[in-house]
Amino acid sequence: MASSFARVLSSKRKVGILSLVGAGSLTVGFFLNREQHVKAGAHVRRIYPPSAEYPDLRKHNNCMASHLTPAVYAKLSDKTTPNGYTLDEAIQTGVDNPGHPFIKTVGMVAGDEESYEVFADIFNPVIKERHNGYDPCTMKHPTDLDASKIRGGQFHEKYVLSSRVRTGRSIRGLSLPPACTRAERREVERVVIDALAGLKGDLAGKYFSLTLMTEQEQQQLIDDHFLFDKPVSPLLTCAGMARDWPDARGIWHNNEKTFLVWVNEEDHTRVISMEKGGNMKRVFERFCKGLLEVERLIQEKGWEFMWNERLGYILTCPSNLGTGLRAGVHVTLPRLSKDPRFPKILDNLRLQKRGTGGVDTAAVGNTFDISNLDRLGQSEVQLVQTVIDGVNYLIECEKKLERGQDIKIPAPISQFK
Amino acid sequence: MPFGNTHNQLKMNYTAEQEFPDLSQHNNHMAKVLTLEMYANLRDKQTPSGFTVDDVIQTGVDNPGHPFIMTVGCVAGDEETYEVFKDLLDPVIEDRHGGYKPTDKHKTDLNPDNLQGGDDLDPNYVLSSRVRTGRSIRGFCLPPHCSRGERRAIEGLSVEALGALDGDLKGKYYALKDMTEEEQQQLIDDHFLFDKPVSPLLLASGMARDWPDARGIWHNDNKTFLVWVNEEDHLRVISMQKGGNMKEVFNRFCTGLTKIEELFKEKGHEFMWNEHLGYVLTCPSNLGTGMRGGVHVKLPNLSKHEKFGEILKRLRLQKRGTGGVDTAAVGGVFDISNADRLGFSEVELVQMVVDGVKLLVEMEKHLEAGQSIDDLMPEQK
Repeated sequence: MASSFARVLSSKRKVGILSLVGAGSLTVGFFLNREQHVKAGAHVRRIYPPSAEYPDLRKHNNCMASHLTPAVYAKLSDKTTPNGYTLDEAIQTGVDNPGHPFIKTVGMVAGDEESYEVFADIFNPVIKERHNGYDPCTMKHPTDLDASKIRGGQFHEKYVLSSRVRTGRSIRGLSLPPACTRAERREVERVVIDALAGLKGDLAGKYFSLTLMTEQEQQQLIDDHFLFDKPVSPLLTCAGMARDWPDARGIWHNNEKTFLVWVNEEDHTRVISMEKGGNMKRVFERFCKGLLEVERLIQEKGWEFMWNERLGYILTCPSNLGTGLRAGVHVTLPRLSKDPRFPKILDNLRLQKRGTGGVDTAAVGNTFDISNLDRLGQSEVQLVQTVIDGVNYLIECEKKLERGQDIKIPAPISQFK
Repeated sequence: MPFGNTHNQLKMNYTAEQEFPDLSQHNNHMAKVLTLEMYANLRDKQTPSGFTVDDVIQTGVDNPGHPFIMTVGCVAGDEETYEVFKDLLDPVIEDRHGGYKPTDKHKTDLNPDNLQGGDDLDPNYVLSSRVRTGRSIRGFCLPPHCSRGERRAIEGLSVEALGALDGDLKGKYYALKDMTEEEQQQLIDDHFLFDKPVSPLLLASGMARDWPDARGIWHNDNKTFLVWVNEEDHLRVISMQKGGNMKEVFNRFCTGLTKIEELFKEKGHEFMWNEHLGYVLTCPSNLGTGMRGGVHVKLPNLSKHEKFGEILKRLRLQKRGTGGVDTAAVGGVFDISNADRLGFSEVELVQMVVDGVKLLVEMEKHLEAGQSIDDLMPEQK
């Protein structure tokens, strides 16, 4: 500090040096203009009233834009979480991405666990809209990872090609991907892979760091369809989640390739249990066993997952609160998918369809990704049962159409059980 | 990018080592210069408006390298960035700008009368002539760091100043978010419309936030003088026309810039400038004049000559494709412009372009006629 000061003095004779303001965090600024007289006054941040900062959301169609009124913005714009995360940071992705062709996006993210409290005035209505009426102010979210409660769940492989359950978990005390520093992200990686290394039996596996993996390892992971790449979706990149890529990112999977954990992609961890074929019950059993075991292992080291009884498991995107769970199958429904009643049937069963590339893709041929619509307000067991019952119904419809029989739209199932 | 806890003091809970970026795969100016020790010294500092060293380097951390060009890998968030983080930026500037030292002074010369010739580049070869630069309004944060309120204020001031231009500079502003379909199509047809940046070099620094809020294009009625507002810099100023009359292009460039500066001063604002760095812009590569003066020129024979690269180097010129930076040449037509930005005045740089392009065209004609160009080889400027 002193040396650069001296260097400035020696090289610029016609300079006015301003006094150091505070210690450590601010430092000297200086100005010269062509007329060679000193311009006084260090420039500090220009502060504008909230009305001048309020984003232009007139062309926007996302949940944040639907609920962020100028009044709410004004109330929250100067608040920060204890880690320093701001409202502007939380909503940046929704400001930058007015809409999405297939789906009404959420349009905001959390930078840390406290975001959901500090910015509750905007998060709560967004959560309520996104989660079909779940009111964080009055309702409680049930967590249930007891897979023994599942009935059925073994589909015929003529129709169901693969089964998968995924969720995410965040490590309490460390900032989430939009906000974390490099050191925080590396700490998440360390805590998680330390715990995963303790898994045994059919869950024993190996970690592949994105920065260190060999060409062969990379190719193998691509062939297994396990490798995740740097996010390209502007929904994610505008939220700052791809910073410092690929530092502290990696993939862990068990030796049998049926249990997979992504580290530091869209969340601290994404946990996936999957298999070819239709044994959703077994997929969910492994899912629960793995999750509970990982939780036990991090607790041994004094860590825990972010969770509360209002919002369930805390994740980066409000759409993944609660269970953060998406349980689904790749199912072939050549006749049903062409029936005009298909969307309504799905709707009433509280299921959603996606293409076989996942979110933001279209279906290929007659094979669809069918999964639960809800995340929050029902437990994991309840949601997986909903998927199982629903897929059974869809297969029944397909079979009926095969036989030339007519199908019925089912009564809508109740949402919050 | 004003994102995350590296933008505030939370990172101080961790050691410099724990926070230091992994630059082992990187090849940009920032990565060449930034050591752990330097990072440790700079990481608790902020400019008065709150820009940190992590904000400066984020784009260089996220973008290890570029196939065609050695990228800078750092940006400024405000004028003070260049002072507060001089330990990092001075060596970057020195490396990028041909050895420019922290003690060197930069000359500004926007007097077009000082340019010799330049009105007679052969239009059979020189298809178009263009000069561009940028300007930043002192007291406001730069695109990587500015808030929406600041960006809108910059737009407001700029539109007001540009609105007062008259004569052959009289023109109109088109805000990106308000333009009609017809206006948009016309601007595309004129090759004036700029789009949301797609380059990860720019996106990673946070410059595209809130697009298209407070961004727009102004141009004069003759379509020969163009200003971009809030794209990569506060203002990008472009003078251009078909043909080879670079003198006229430069004339209008200087007149327009000087007039705009006067109009800002009338309202109590000035451009960021100092004796050492010249005009201060977002990217360190655009310091000094921030100026790229060039032509689109047909050099199908010369461009295939083995000494083409060497000739350009000696003339202090660079080639690009006709789509600008990051593109390849089409049909033997190249974008030839000055390689330097800092350490030479505007007049000096345009002089190099004018003299250099004249020589290149002469060489092309020689090669067309089957003659050698050996005795035309220039000295290193």
